[in-house]
Amino acid sequence: MTHASFYDAVRTRFTEVVPHVRECGMIVDHLSAEYAQARLPYRPEWLGDSERRLIHTGIITTVIDTVSGLAVLAALGQFEPIATLDLRMDYLRPTLPDKPLHCRAECYRVTRHICFVRACAWQDDEKEPVAVSQSTFMRSSHSRQRSARTI
Amino acid sequence: MSTRNETEMSQARRLAREGGDLSLLRARVPYAAFLDVQVTLDQGVPRFRMPFRRSLIGNTVLPAIHGGAVAGFMENAAILHLLLLLEETRVPKSIDFSIDYLRSANPVDTYAACEVARQGRRVAQVQIRCWQDEEGHPGRQREIAIGRAHFLLTSPSDETGT
Repeated sequence: MTHASFYDAVRTRFTEVVPHVRECGMIVDHLSAEYAQARLPYRPEWLGDSERRLIHTGIITTVIDTVSGLAVLAALGQFEPIATLDLRMDYLRPTLPDKPLHCRAECYRVTRHICFVRACAWQDDEKEPVAVSQSTFMRSSHSRQRSARTI
Repeated sequence: MSTRNETEMSQARRLAREGGDLSLLRARVPYAAFLDVQVTLDQGVPRFRMPFRRSLIGNTVLPAIHGGAVAGFMENAAILHLLLLLEETRVPKSIDFSIDYLRSANPVDTYAACEVARQGRRVAQVQIRCWQDEEGHPGRQREIAIGRAHFLLTSPSDETGT
């Protein structure tokens, strides 16, 4: 598979095949070995506080987890089972309604068994992120682990 | 304004505490309603449940529930736990959240329980345990993730509106 068709295949599988990604309506805006970027259009059901009208941090975690996994596959350049080991989120500022949420993730280190990812999420200005994250993924086929995850 | 909110929040809390009716509390946290988070109180201790539905799947090969949905469920559990047990007048703000995935989440109902490890004047630290029933052994717990989170609590200045 050429690189371009691999990225197309990942994109399609991600947005059309994964039920939860489809239910949330995430859109992939960029995919390369360097980074993955996607956006989540606003919906009232993303709110975590209906009184103050702030977006729930849990849906930000879902987007970041998804895009981080996508960045790992893109960095690996092939489909292989991966599993999230851990994920840490820092919520830097309130996330506002009526605007999409953008997320970019970069897999900056790949070893035989483990991939390391950093990600951030923003609304208007990438320089003012609403959340940043750090996560690690296991390459399951290399570790002969059953708890595999393929996007 | 703050008096009305306080009344609405305490009414929502009372319904949830006394009758196990989470509908008013969930209405204040729409994303908890999106994930269909349920709660039961066992001698005042909340236990949360996310009923399985196909659209939660993140891995069609295994199949397994999306790791993000598990994390989102756990964050909701922590927030609702604080709303149920403390006398907060507003939804606590998340400062950070960290999750360790132990096993893949099977396509079945998922449960969570929380513990407030520290409650200061402004910040609470919550530990969240997440599990499913062991296949073929209902009631035997199969732990799938553990998490921890910090929340900013309602400050007295928020209540007076200053």
